[in-house]
Amino acid sequence: MAAHLKKRVYEEFTKVVQQQQEEITTKKLRLTKPSKSAALHIDLCKATSPADALQYLLQFARKPVEAESVEGVVRILLEHYYKENDPSVRLKIASLLGLLSKTAGFSPDCIMDDAINILQNEKSHQVLAQLLDTLLAIGSKLPENQAIQLRLVDVACKHLTDTSHGVRNKCLQLLGNLGSLEKSVTKDAEGLTARDVQKIIGDYFSDQDPRVRTAAIKAMLQLHERGLKLHQTIYNQACKLLSDDYEQVRSAAVQLIWVVSQLYPESIVPIPSSNEEIRLVDDAFGKICHMVSDGSWVVRVQAAKLLGSMEQVSSHFLEQTLDKKLMSDLRRKRTAHERAKELYSSGEFSSGRKWGDDAPKEEIDTGAVNLIESGACGAFVHGLEDEMYEVRIAAVEALCMLAQSSPSFAEKCLDFLVDMFNDEIEEVRLQSIHTMRKISNNITLREDQLDTVLAVLEDSSRDIREALHELLCCTNVSTKEGIHLALVELLKNLAKYPTDRDSIWKCLKFLGSRHPTLVLPLVPELLSTHPFFDTAEPDMDDPAYIAVLVLIFNAAKTCPTMPALFSDHTFRHYAYLRDSLSHLVPALRLPGRKLVSSTVSSNIAPHEDPSQQFLQQSLDRVYSLQHLDPQGAQELLELTIRDLQRLGELQSELAGVADFSATYLQCQLLLIKALQEKLWNVAAPLYLKQSDLASAAAKQIMEETYKMEFMYSGVENKQVVIIHHMRLQAKALQLIVTARTTRGVDPLFGMCEKFLQEVDFFQRCFIADLSHLQDSFVDKLLDLMPRLMASKPAEVVKILQTMLRQSTFLHLPLPEQIHKASATIIEPAGESDNPLRFTSGLVVALDVDATLEHVQDPQSTVKVQVLYPDGQAQMIHPKPADFRNPGPGRHRLITQVYLSHTAWTEPCQVEVRLLLAYNSNARIPKFPWIEGGEVSPQVETSIEGTIPFSKPVKVYIMPKPARR
Amino acid sequence: MPEIRVTPLGAGQDVGRSCILVSIAGKNVMLDCGMHMGYNDDRRFPDFSYITQSGRLTDFLDCVIISHFHLDHCGALPYFSEMVGYDGPIYMTHPTQAICPILLEDYRKIAVDKKGEANFFTSQMIKDCMKKVVAVHLHQTVQVDDELEIKAYYAGHVLGAAMFQIKVGSESVVYTGDYNMTPDRHLGAAWIDKCRPNLLITESTYATTIRDSKRCRERDFLKKVHETVERGGKVLIPVFALGRAQELCILLETFWERMNLKVPIYFSTGLTEKANHYYKLFITWTNQKIRKTFVQRNMFEFKHIKAFDRAFADNPGPMVVFATPGMLHAGQSLQIFRKWAGNEKNMVIMPGYCVQGTVGHKILSGQRKLEMEGRQVLEVKMQVEYMSFSAHADAKGIMQLVGQAEPESVLLVHGEAKKMEFLRQKIEQEFRVSCYMPANGETVTLPTSPSIPVGISLGLLKREMAQGLLPEAKKPRLLHGTLIMKDSSFRLVSSEQALKELGLTEHQLRFTCRVHLQDTRKEQETALRVYSHLKNTLKDHCVQHLPDGSVTVESILIQAAAHSEDPGTKVLLVSWTYQDEELGSFLTALLKNGLPQAPS
Repeated sequence: MAAHLKKRVYEEFTKVVQQQQEEITTKKLRLTKPSKSAALHIDLCKATSPADALQYLLQFARKPVEAESVEGVVRILLEHYYKENDPSVRLKIASLLGLLSKTAGFSPDCIMDDAINILQNEKSHQVLAQLLDTLLAIGSKLPENQAIQLRLVDVACKHLTDTSHGVRNKCLQLLGNLGSLEKSVTKDAEGLTARDVQKIIGDYFSDQDPRVRTAAIKAMLQLHERGLKLHQTIYNQACKLLSDDYEQVRSAAVQLIWVVSQLYPESIVPIPSSNEEIRLVDDAFGKICHMVSDGSWVVRVQAAKLLGSMEQVSSHFLEQTLDKKLMSDLRRKRTAHERAKELYSSGEFSSGRKWGDDAPKEEIDTGAVNLIESGACGAFVHGLEDEMYEVRIAAVEALCMLAQSSPSFAEKCLDFLVDMFNDEIEEVRLQSIHTMRKISNNITLREDQLDTVLAVLEDSSRDIREALHELLCCTNVSTKEGIHLALVELLKNLAKYPTDRDSIWKCLKFLGSRHPTLVLPLVPELLSTHPFFDTAEPDMDDPAYIAVLVLIFNAAKTCPTMPALFSDHTFRHYAYLRDSLSHLVPALRLPGRKLVSSTVSSNIAPHEDPSQQFLQQSLDRVYSLQHLDPQGAQELLELTIRDLQRLGELQSELAGVADFSATYLQCQLLLIKALQEKLWNVAAPLYLKQSDLASAAAKQIMEETYKMEFMYSGVENKQVVIIHHMRLQAKALQLIVTARTTRGVDPLFGMCEKFLQEVDFFQRCFIADLSHLQDSFVDKLLDLMPRLMASKPAEVVKILQTMLRQSTFLHLPLPEQIHKASATIIEPAGESDNPLRFTSGLVVALDVDATLEHVQDPQSTVKVQVLYPDGQAQMIHPKPADFRNPGPGRHRLITQVYLSHTAWTEPCQVEVRLLLAYNSNARIPKFPWIEGGEVSPQVETSIEGTIPFSKPVKVYIMPKPARR
Repeated sequence: MPEIRVTPLGAGQDVGRSCILVSIAGKNVMLDCGMHMGYNDDRRFPDFSYITQSGRLTDFLDCVIISHFHLDHCGALPYFSEMVGYDGPIYMTHPTQAICPILLEDYRKIAVDKKGEANFFTSQMIKDCMKKVVAVHLHQTVQVDDELEIKAYYAGHVLGAAMFQIKVGSESVVYTGDYNMTPDRHLGAAWIDKCRPNLLITESTYATTIRDSKRCRERDFLKKVHETVERGGKVLIPVFALGRAQELCILLETFWERMNLKVPIYFSTGLTEKANHYYKLFITWTNQKIRKTFVQRNMFEFKHIKAFDRAFADNPGPMVVFATPGMLHAGQSLQIFRKWAGNEKNMVIMPGYCVQGTVGHKILSGQRKLEMEGRQVLEVKMQVEYMSFSAHADAKGIMQLVGQAEPESVLLVHGEAKKMEFLRQKIEQEFRVSCYMPANGETVTLPTSPSIPVGISLGLLKREMAQGLLPEAKKPRLLHGTLIMKDSSFRLVSSEQALKELGLTEHQLRFTCRVHLQDTRKEQETALRVYSHLKNTLKDHCVQHLPDGSVTVESILIQAAAHSEDPGTKVLLVSWTYQDEELGSFLTALLKNGLPQAPS
């Protein structure tokens, strides 16, 4: 058998060598990979020492193996395995077997027998473990085959008594992944009886090695994940493991308990040392809560996280988690929260002046105090106070999840969340603000709580402030004082951080529309109107005044009595704001005013259609263009492009489509223009000067096509084809222009060849879509391909030229959802007159803050470019952590850019802008033969470049000469 | 019977003057060597004469361990080592070693220079004393001598506070010192592994208190300061130089940073600067936040907190000042207080407890008119706030630590007797371990049962392991071997090896037994029947029929012979060695039941 194989292998090998030679002569691109197995076999035979063999294997492992030759490779490997004495080489072979059996399209059942066979003769524990791993890989590839599964489980059970923990680990893993519960399944003829896997795994919960215990629990969890129902008896076993000495065991046990509690929430378990009984889920909840004060933070994080998903817990258990039962000198004490609440309900503001304000009141019966083991008691209080911020974040998340499912709990946990706003780590603060926003439907903020919340508005971190604004957008405030307080604090915030303007206005908009009745009594005060006297008209450009107006107008929308309180200038300001800030100011029904906007607001829905229609119509008009004479075509194109661009500006929801089509038309227009050039009629030597336009057009079309391909999100394959087609045309144009301008044939040779390669590549990439491209440039080109291949460059150019002229205008199908990537740099604002001074040769850090819209995967594509006045450009790759994702499709880049330069005599401006980097490889559909990882380098497929997509911002800098 | 003896010389049912003697497996260790704040006479220091009347202390004590730098834990150290005379090693952590002499020097200055005490230790003595100190790292096991080893665990409380595990052989004691189970702004929470000591000596300052979450406290504090400052008032915070002062500084510093405040914060100078320097150095002893961010900025390099100058107190506008001492009884804090007390916009925040008789205590109890020296009457219009920032574990924290360490018994020190009593009950009830609370000078004796390690040869272990089927971690297993006790070492070896080592020859011990069977057939046939019977019954064993007519089961020989008198009865001779006793007796019992009727 082996000899036969070897022969076959050699055959393959030689055949391939021939093909490679062939390739050199004919330049065929399609190639068949040389067979791996042959090379491997030769290498392994050459290897003189185990170290050598290991090296060969390592090299071999770096390259993938195609499915057809896997079996051959496996045979060769196995053959070496039997011969090999060195365990490390055997280990490597075993691991390779595992890897190979994972190859797609290869069915590993043929090697299973061998694997089990070598397993039985293996002595080394490490190799054994690795072999079991291989078996696991094989078994997971064949989930259908019951017999194999049973056999593997049997093997695993046999090796469970091994002395090495590694082997036992792997056995348990195998059991977890392959073992089944159903005993009824066909008792196999081979005498392999299905075993009770759970029982076997459960026995190893008390193994002497903690790693094995962990593996056992993990295997159990794996069983659960595979959909097997765990027995309830496991619960007690798992509970014992909670007091294990090793953290990984405890951590896994917590998970297991959680799983069981989700499976049997309602079954009843007895409480030890008393004859009471409680629901299992409550008991488990108490136990997991207890683990929140575990010694190891890994376990604490795990426990805190899991608490969040236990929604079936009874409410009194849940509420205990927030109650620590304070006492002082054995007397019951009220928490600061309770005191705050009491003060609030008694109508008195916090005094806090007296010492002993918090003095303990009632005596506690010493017997009744239970200091520990009260299970859930205060679990969250502990979790939120934990030393590690990981635990605190987990606790906050858990609070959020529980509060979302239980309104009463939400009400209770509010105090604690508010407290977390003062955490020392920003991430935690941010997380708790977000959490609060998520549960804000269930809660109403008391005034004292609002006070604490609002205090955070002064935070210097922009993220925190913005998160808080969003929170305020959706909170319910109970009193008019609350609204007033919020407004005052927001205005204070505005004064301190003027950049927050937009966010604050938006926040007030929602605050106003949510609480119209609470705003109503505040209106005279806010507008500082007086019953008798006219007051001075406030400054219309004051952001604070606008903020107040936004609040009032939004409240007035649902409160018809409010406009009566407005003074004259308020109405004027309304009209102004309604125009300038229409997204913030709603249409109001004002008495005695014409209802300008009411018609608009009443039928927004059909409003979309006309513009959509308009877009479609203008595009249709253009697509019927080919019959018109060129002059008229150009004019029509120009008009349509203008229309579309304007439409994009007006209708933000159609902006993507409009811009996209406009760009495409622009390309077409350029192409037509270039072909209209007189130069084509002039004899070659004469037009040297005029060629500028055509080559510039070609270049611009290329640029535009890259923009179309990479700057829009939602571009589908059918558009990509058209874009590539357009690019191909541009390339043809370029070729023609070059052919006419350059003398001599030599450079042309290369270019032609390259162009033809590209055509070939285009054909291969879009072979499926070619049917849509009938009558187009490419279509014709492909027809003539054989002829082109054979002809001389000059001839090629000539053919291209005619074809380019004859080619028709391709219809660009509009994608469903298309958005243009855009970016705005918020900071630096570029208005400063004070140059940033720094010593030359050293660096200065420039804070850059920008919002990105509709950018896919900004971490890898968005770059910052700095242009110095001397033309030097510098590209900066922001760290992935610098990107935040505040909403779908939106990203925020907050980073620092380091500038440095030699000394200047005068301060000067540098330009900062954002670039979108693209790599055409990413879009090209993958072919099986490329998947091997080696893209044939001769095809120039990967085009990398950058597109600027934000307005440049100028920053004034001044590198001073260093003082000596 | 081995035992552990514990005698508190101080801190037994009392707070202050911590000093505990522990004898464990013949080693004597002194834990802490503190002074009492409340006394100025001999009671100030522990009674070291208890240890020995005549001999040198060094001969009696193997080592001294200091848990942290507070004076009630280390204040008597120079007196003890230099004046009473002790030359052995003194163990403490690095931060304690660095900060302790500063505090001792300060204490000495006040006692000698201000109060004019004679017969007090000198600066030189402090230096000499510190030379005897051996610094330890966290979780580092230090061998004091061949048998005694100590190990430090993180304790929170103050910078460099540590819990110590003292271990001799398999017996161990853990002493917590003061510790804090809830982390704060600059320190982490105390942590100990499941070391299962024989005895856990824990402080119990807050034995009967469960504290509210620290966040409310912090928020209150910040809010009050912020409001006052916004109103344009001045805030005075009297503090002691080390410990809580740094906590409050960090708290205010980060708040100022976050809120972008510009109001100046001052810290009255003195020993603080030196101490702050050490805080900057010992970053590894602080909490997660400070440890993670110190690469960008060391949190103790305060940006907003500047050194205070006497003249600043009269500056107009808002400011926050930390001033020493903490009880407003003298010094700078009192001076500033007198300047600011008249303005109702100002505020004083007392972050700690005030002893009766001090100005701090008076204003806290609501007194508004104070009589100062020189018959002046000072009217206090400024707001007075009290805020407790304490770094001791509360009752729940103590229970948590006990749960973490899983000791066999607990001993409470550093607390009031009445409160201890409550906690003692709780511990006994919850953990079911014995709990003690000795008074000063009272000795607690704990019997221990130390485990004795026995060496076992690998061959024997593997052989015995192979016999068992399932590994049961916690169940005892039967093991056959020979225990050799030689030169105070214990070894478990296989019997063959033992024989070889001792030069003895093995004695064969064989049991024989006759079993009478009613069988009229010939001997060979009987033997054959016995053979087939055994073959059927004992499937796991190797049963053989030898050509001479005898049957063997493993090494047991069975021979059939005719009875000399009664030919109807056959006698089965069963013979086995001592090692096969179990199987042999089983076989005889089996054969005595008779053979099954042959299918004839």
